[in-house]
Amino acid sequence: MNEKALPLEESEAAQQPTGLQTQEYFVNMGPQHPSTHGVLRLVLTINGETIVNIEPHIGYIHRSIEKMCERDSYRQIVHLTDRMDYLSCHMNNEAVCLAVEKALGIEVPERAKVVRTILSELTRLASHQLWWGVMGMDLGAITTFLYGFRDREMINDIFEETCGARLTMNYIAPGGLMYDIHPNFQKRTKAFVEHFKKKLPEYDRLLSDNVIFRKRTEGIGILSKEDAIAFGVTGPSGRASGFSCDVRKKQPYSAYDRVDFKEILMDAGDCFARYKARILEMWESLSIIEQLIDNIPEGDFVADTRKVIKLPKGEFYQRVETARGEFGVHIISDGKKSPYRLKFRSPGFSNLFVLNHIARGAKIADLVAIMSTLDLVMPDIDR
Amino acid sequence: MISRKDFCKPRFLHKTPSISVEMLTEKIQERFPTLEHLPEGGEYPQFIVPAESLREVALALRDEPDFAFDYLFCLTGVDWPEEGRLEVIYHLESTTHNHQIVLRARTADREENAKLPTVSDIWPTANAHEREAYDLLGIVFEGHPDLRRLLLTDDWVGHPLRKDYEDPVNMIEL
Repeated sequence: MNEKALPLEESEAAQQPTGLQTQEYFVNMGPQHPSTHGVLRLVLTINGETIVNIEPHIGYIHRSIEKMCERDSYRQIVHLTDRMDYLSCHMNNEAVCLAVEKALGIEVPERAKVVRTILSELTRLASHQLWWGVMGMDLGAITTFLYGFRDREMINDIFEETCGARLTMNYIAPGGLMYDIHPNFQKRTKAFVEHFKKKLPEYDRLLSDNVIFRKRTEGIGILSKEDAIAFGVTGPSGRASGFSCDVRKKQPYSAYDRVDFKEILMDAGDCFARYKARILEMWESLSIIEQLIDNIPEGDFVADTRKVIKLPKGEFYQRVETARGEFGVHIISDGKKSPYRLKFRSPGFSNLFVLNHIARGAKIADLVAIMSTLDLVMPDIDR
Repeated sequence: MISRKDFCKPRFLHKTPSISVEMLTEKIQERFPTLEHLPEGGEYPQFIVPAESLREVALALRDEPDFAFDYLFCLTGVDWPEEGRLEVIYHLESTTHNHQIVLRARTADREENAKLPTVSDIWPTANAHEREAYDLLGIVFEGHPDLRRLLLTDDWVGHPLRKDYEDPVNMIEL
């Protein structure tokens, strides 16, 4: 007997009576696949059920937003950003507005700053609730979807009342807010916080300790801290690997410099760590809202700005933390009413391209878990 | 159950850069005399890097412990038709020192020599960003492992973010 262990492929081939060789083959995952949450096509090279290589094909909903920005005025650009990461629209709006305000040297009223922060955190909660529901569904737990959407509905109702829209709000304007908050805003937000504080442990009880869920996420898709930095994986996905990348801490904007919150950092870097990071981030968001909701200062909600905004010549960069990670706006202005060049650094774009690195060697079913914990939103990636 | 206490590291203060912007600028100018400093570049110190020394500078900035720029957070391509060249702007951050700089590299012209060396092996996140810049602006990154169109279809003609691009369908009129 030959005692030397054969590589797997050779030994398998030897066992087959006809001596057939197995070979790698391609499978298209998407563009219409429920777990891609949008139109993403992954060309998988697989050997049996093990993934050898992943090649993401994007651009199915590329709308050329950066080119449109070169035509539009700064006030018009704000509403285009809603259509990128539609689950973080307040943060996206805020990024453009902060860049414009920085360029013009506008001092935003305190009231607007605080309301912006509350809205950002509500958006983050809504986004994480949707992610939690959809992630459970991807892994075979339909119930989570219903729970997540039940609570997200309350946030959407708050947004509808104050901003007039449920998904693409376009509420934050250069200089402050589009209009003042609804009289019910504080009352309803407080009611939601009280409600959700009771419901968040329920999320835990439903999914976190489920044996099947644990087995499918623990130790799957491990991303090291060095790789997270090198691939630019930000947001809860990066922080689950220990990459301290919270822009709210690094370069505080709006009212983040006066609230007390923790940056959730973990070491494991696997799917379950990414799950934990988002659950814990929801607690932090609730705490930020609680600190601010009773302390909204009185006064103006918008600073005086010209109707047609012209930025001085130069370059302006603004970073904000969206629900998915670091969102950057890079404006190159030549002094006209629309930017010369505007680049959006979207968090999902960098987060997607780490997929080949962490999912190689995993099974196809694990890929679904990895993708849902990276929390990709396709319009954000395609722009 | 996920306990809040177990996984939250103690709260620390807002991070601040370990050295000031002026000191960092001085240090970089001392170390790399070929870089041209742009004094009115915005909030981050900006430098123009000659294309031929881009890789050398990038590697040194990443690996030398004084700089340790290990995180490329933005890569922007820009078209300057009046100056007859394309430009790539790299936003770098050091996760250890928490300071940022901006590098600008320029191509020789906008036609055959619209080329720059790749940094996708230095910062892997640049791989996709460079593909996007190639797709939308036509900047060829030499040494890139997989330079294909990313957002547009493979048979697309032209590069839409160039200022002289004409859309055959006229969907966007500028």
